[in-house]
Amino acid sequence: MIEASVIASPILGVVFCLLHVIVSLVHAWSHLVHQIQCLIISSGLLSKYQNINLNRLRHLAVVIDSEDAKNKSKVHQLLCWLSDIGVKYVILYDIEGVMKKSDKAYEKSSANPSETKCMDFAPNMPLIFDMFGMTVEIISYTDGKEAVAKGANYLCSNYLKNQDDTLNKLGPKFTEPDISSALKAVGHDGPEPDLLLVYGPARCHLGFPAWRLRYTEIVHMGPLTSMKLSAVVKVLYDFSKKHQNYGK
Amino acid sequence: MSTISERFSILQSHLEKNCKSKISKISGYVGFIMRKLLFSVLSVGPIPAHVAIIMDGNRRFAKRRSLLQDSIDPASGHRLGFRSLISTIQYSFEMGVKCVTVYAFSIDNFKRSPQEVQMLMDLMREKIEEMSAEDGVFKALDVKINFWGNLELMTEPTRLSAKRAMDTTVHNKGPELSVCVAYTSTNEITHAIEASVRDLKGKDQVQVSDLERNLYSAGCVEPDIIIRTSGETRLSNFLLWQSDFTHLQNPKPLWPEFSLRHLVWAVLEYQRVYAYLKNKKEGIEKNK
Repeated sequence: MIEASVIASPILGVVFCLLHVIVSLVHAWSHLVHQIQCLIISSGLLSKYQNINLNRLRHLAVVIDSEDAKNKSKVHQLLCWLSDIGVKYVILYDIEGVMKKSDKAYEKSSANPSETKCMDFAPNMPLIFDMFGMTVEIISYTDGKEAVAKGANYLCSNYLKNQDDTLNKLGPKFTEPDISSALKAVGHDGPEPDLLLVYGPARCHLGFPAWRLRYTEIVHMGPLTSMKLSAVVKVLYDFSKKHQNYGK
Repeated sequence: MSTISERFSILQSHLEKNCKSKISKISGYVGFIMRKLLFSVLSVGPIPAHVAIIMDGNRRFAKRRSLLQDSIDPASGHRLGFRSLISTIQYSFEMGVKCVTVYAFSIDNFKRSPQEVQMLMDLMREKIEEMSAEDGVFKALDVKINFWGNLELMTEPTRLSAKRAMDTTVHNKGPELSVCVAYTSTNEITHAIEASVRDLKGKDQVQVSDLERNLYSAGCVEPDIIIRTSGETRLSNFLLWQSDFTHLQNPKPLWPEFSLRHLVWAVLEYQRVYAYLKNKKEGIEKNK
């Protein structure tokens, strides 16, 4: 039995590696096809990508891996592209709050600093400012579950204040609009993004506030270091053609 | 407690009762052995402990078939989808996955026509009772079933079937199957806030841990993968709180087309990003 497992383990290991080589080859092929598509889009040959209808895109979110987010010039470049395309509201998220600490860098590197108005950095609160005519909101992990707990405490204090109310004798009863109002009262009432772009090694939202993700289309863009304008254009175009049933 | 091999021997003999011919019995055995080999290979890397699935595409599949067959049966897509569900659960548990969660019916789905809602409720009741029977899948695999959601919104016969299934399987020690019915994540969070406020009793503040203790999914590990079939890219209000470090996948096949090879591919994709997601999760937990 021991001899069988000694023989079997390396064989299993080799087959395992082979399977992953196949997966890598498929990814390489997809990447190549994507690069060709981006090349065609950036050449301007396809007119459909020139004038994208952004009526349905009211709010765009971008989740960036915190290591990638330290590259301030890349983040700034991305914001410039989004502004040029016509996006009006961008939510930037990274799990560790790197971008919250860097907000002053975006102000200084803006072509016209007077176009950028910044609030002071507060680690547990969203940061909102205007940049190139576009509203930018910067959030991090603490704006997710902890914000919901803050909202719960707000509802709790209101509930306890109304202890004499007959309805409250049945126990607390909250609705989803109550939760939304509570989040607004505690300063965490940001809009739900229609589209979320993920820059990083994996398609994962990394703790983006759950309350704001209900019907958000989530697209993986790859590492921030290899971001392309044409890739962003393609995603926005595909989004403009999307149709949602909302459960119907 | 029976081992996984013993449980699958029971499942195989359960399947054999329904296999009339010798050839199908033999092919069943061969399939089982081939899967064991395949899963042994996959087990060289990390196997997800919890797989969650948004079973999207049943109606589109039925529409596609009706174009070929010139007849429309509204339930046909969902019945074929149920077959995919059973095989996916079986293969997942054979692979070593401990929990499978499926999004069977959203609160938003009540917006569909009353006939379709009733059909889905009746189908659910029928399948719950089939799986809970003496010779059913739950007993064969020693599965513990949970129903997550605002169950009061379900039709009464279906709710009672669900409750009976949960009571019958509560002591089962095998893998867990969680079925989200009359569920949305925002409704789950609202329910958790209500329960946390109710439980305060002199404690000062509601904490994140209080909310997590009152979620429907309390006690279950967070999902490692969420698969949404039919290529759609949104989560549609499913496990939003629990999916901070979950690998989100959206394979193109419609749910009735989802098969073993798609499940294997999903696990291989997960294994590629496992180290990164584990690192991110540990980073956050260190900072708490």
